[in-house]
Amino acid sequence: MTSDSPSEKRLEELREQAWKDGVVPGKGVDVVGGPIPRKPGYYGQPVVKPPVWTWQVPLYFFFGGIAGMSAVIATGAAPFHHVDLARASMWVAAIGGAVLSPILLIMDLGRPYLFLNMLRVFKHRSAMSMGAWILSAFGACVVPGLIALELHTRQIFPGTTDQLFRLAAGIFIFGSAIFGTLLATYTGVLIGATAIPAWFLHRTLLPIHFGTAGLGSAAALLELLGHRIPALNVLGLYVAGVETALLIWLSVNKHGAADRAIHEHGTGWLIRIGEILNGPLALVLRLFGLVPFAAISFLIGSLVSRIGWIAVGKVSGADPESVFAAEHC
Amino acid sequence: MIGEGTQSTNQRKHSYVQDRVEVGFFTDPSVCIGCKACEVACKEWNHVPDHGFTLSGNSYDNTGHLGASTWRHVMFLEQDRQKGNQVTGPMSLDDDPFRWVFLSDVCKHCEEAGCLEACPTGSIVRTEVGSVLVQNDVCNGCGYCVVSCPFGVIDRRPEPLHDAGGAFKCTFCYDRQKSGLVPACAKVCPTESIVFGRLDDLRARGVERVRQLKQSGYSDAQLYDPTETSVRGIHAFFLILGEPEAYGLPPKPQIPTIYLKSAWTSAFATAIASIIATLAAFAFFS
Repeated sequence: MTSDSPSEKRLEELREQAWKDGVVPGKGVDVVGGPIPRKPGYYGQPVVKPPVWTWQVPLYFFFGGIAGMSAVIATGAAPFHHVDLARASMWVAAIGGAVLSPILLIMDLGRPYLFLNMLRVFKHRSAMSMGAWILSAFGACVVPGLIALELHTRQIFPGTTDQLFRLAAGIFIFGSAIFGTLLATYTGVLIGATAIPAWFLHRTLLPIHFGTAGLGSAAALLELLGHRIPALNVLGLYVAGVETALLIWLSVNKHGAADRAIHEHGTGWLIRIGEILNGPLALVLRLFGLVPFAAISFLIGSLVSRIGWIAVGKVSGADPESVFAAEHC
Repeated sequence: MIGEGTQSTNQRKHSYVQDRVEVGFFTDPSVCIGCKACEVACKEWNHVPDHGFTLSGNSYDNTGHLGASTWRHVMFLEQDRQKGNQVTGPMSLDDDPFRWVFLSDVCKHCEEAGCLEACPTGSIVRTEVGSVLVQNDVCNGCGYCVVSCPFGVIDRRPEPLHDAGGAFKCTFCYDRQKSGLVPACAKVCPTESIVFGRLDDLRARGVERVRQLKQSGYSDAQLYDPTETSVRGIHAFFLILGEPEAYGLPPKPQIPTIYLKSAWTSAFATAIASIIATLAAFAFFS
């Protein structure tokens, strides 16, 4: 048999293809793990470490956002005589910010019994440290604010004492609003200022998205609790508009392999579904007057999107090509 | 006598901690024999638990990468490139050049360290010798250093390992250094591929070694010490053959704190916009 016989040529072809592609597809043959990996970087190993955070963190982002922005709504509601709404918002803010958020944050720690070590130092260059202080300050405002507001609205104490509670409620609610807006937005800084490419490339968008999603979720939750007033509907339209704009920004501002976790695979769908529920869908439902549906759509969207952003970090951090590509962005 | 013997900075007693001298590791793959003595010495001295025994299929490297329970990691690179003035010929496959490179990776102990800046408990500190140290008893395992390291070095140790929940990485054998001893990995390295010593001495040594290797035909030998980026140099630097990407090293590592300004600006703008929007909604639609 000579080397130019058809059967020998076929074998030569197979050898060429194997050398070129690393694998030869054929009927009934399947190379496990093939093609023999020619992976990027060092055997495809991650260059940076993906986040170790578990399910508590996206939930914390979600509830912290609602709680923080609820206090802002209370600050708007109180001076314009929506007393019931102010009370409901402060309850939401207190339960979300002084109960649920700390529990979720502590649960996520590797050593929960050492959580107080967070307050050993104050480091403005660490978003995690700032977050611990913001959450503490928020709790320290929202709990006395709620108590003072309840005592004032129920007129439990007479005359001057009541006026003192009114003043205290005003001051603490305002303080809650200030730390509340930071509580809802700092989480974007927290993941934006990291070594994870898909996160740091969107460090400007993230605080806007998290803050706006927090405000919208707070308004949506209060509407679902029965506070159907025009002011909250207008806020609902505003946040859905901003989220629609962010959806467009995110789909225009692409960075190829560096942030492909946002646009591809399951994580891409989480981000997309979250943004559509938050933005266009909530906006359209609200314009058609379907307020409860718009509220539910926005709440689900905010939660899905928070889960999505943490999932994106896990995928992007484990992808060595995204780190190399991000250096050219 | 192996290597430079008692002349070597790897085998001498020292007082760098007391004298507050900046020290470092210089790791040179051109003399590494891939024995993994550094990995073993590190685990033994520091009581680092094993992290499972799995075969990776990646050359002779079953360690994978640095992490909470891997503070030294010997990489095994197989490259289709010529090793110095190596002669390829009829005894090698298709006359194709081939080289096997071993490099012992370790925490870089950055001049500007992402993990140290990120740590909200003050658990991570800078030592007298310029290294970055995690104080295990202070760390509450928040995990923020993990995503703040541009080199993917530090990690949280999972259950059910010893001391689980905390963040761990190379300590630069700070405990040994305080007693005038050399870090365990450098002490055991039989070829002085890992050299411990004063950082300025090591940097000079690195430059000289690159010159020697280039003369011997290693045209792609270079130092990996990102002094030009926001990391501003590393205390454990490397000589590498070829591109940093092949070693899983980022060519231009950045400390994530450089992103803080734009992120906080965005956060403050959103905070103000949210307050204004809410007040306006109540003022005009009440």
